Amino acid sequence: MKNKILPFSVIIIFGIIFFIFYKGLEDSKIYTPDVNTKKEIPVFNTKEFFSGENVKSSSIFELDKVYLLNIWSSWCVPCRQEHPLLMNLNLENKLNIIGMNYKDNLKNAENFLKELGNPYKEIFIDLDGTIAIEWGAYGVPESFLIYNNEIIKKYIGPLNQELVDEINLLIK
Amino acid sequence: MKYLKFFLIVIILFPLISNAEENDKRNKITKNLRCLICQGQSVYDSDSEFANSLKIVVDKKLQEGLSEDQIYEYFKTKYGEWILYDPGLNKNTYILWLLPILIFLIGGAIIYKSFIVKK
Repeated sequence: MKNKILPFSVIIIFGIIFFIFYKGLEDSKIYTPDVNTKKEIPVFNTKEFFSGENVKSSSIFELDKVYLLNIWSSWCVPCRQEHPLLMNLNLENKLNIIGMNYKDNLKNAENFLKELGNPYKEIFIDLDGTIAIEWGAYGVPESFLIYNNEIIKKYIGPLNQELVDEINLLIK
Repeated sequence: MKYLKFFLIVIILFPLISNAEENDKRNKITKNLRCLICQGQSVYDSDSEFANSLKIVVDKKLQEGLSEDQIYEYFKTKYGEWILYDPGLNKNTYILWLLPILIFLIGGAIIYKSFIVKK
């Protein structure tokens, strides 16, 4: 009986370890951020892009309106790619596009808008990237679909036509 | 005069000491935060835009008087459990926490059975 305990426990331990590794294999190794959770938008104070005046987040986002917050920067190459899509979205006039200028040189940012057009209803500045952290953002470009002061969906990386179609479906 | 000198030294050194303490705390916290856009680096090790902003936020939160746990909780609500290098006990991590105890108990039982009981 005593002799049987040792091999028996070894088998059990190996069984457990096998089970854990097997379970671990099933999990995805690539980190995928949660993009669908509904979260309240953060409260913050910042400065308006053109006037440099102080603005509160509560004065930018109103209830009962759909907003697309777009984090952009003049030094960000993918932002250039998605910019025409934002211009089109603005022309369709279904939602208000708000810009968050991320860690940028203001002159370069102004030139960027002069060159490619300004799709934003309002732009505020995030000089040190801390407001982006409040939003739970990873970098530029990133877009948040907002309704009733809640984040409905988060788009990490540049928008493409497929995602724009999805946004149009969501806000119908 | 002696007292005055002592007093002056304390006044000069105190900000340095408290500053160093705050730095230690900040380093400890940023070492336990994962840089989500880097590969295998903590926020402390990384120099990416994301990590640099996170360091500023940690500094701000420390100045606001938040404790280490409150700061972890804050980042957890923003980015999820994955941002912490030292995850708590929950349904995804229970095996990680309980396995060493289990192995210790089974190993202990084997040693007890085969050596102590034999005697």
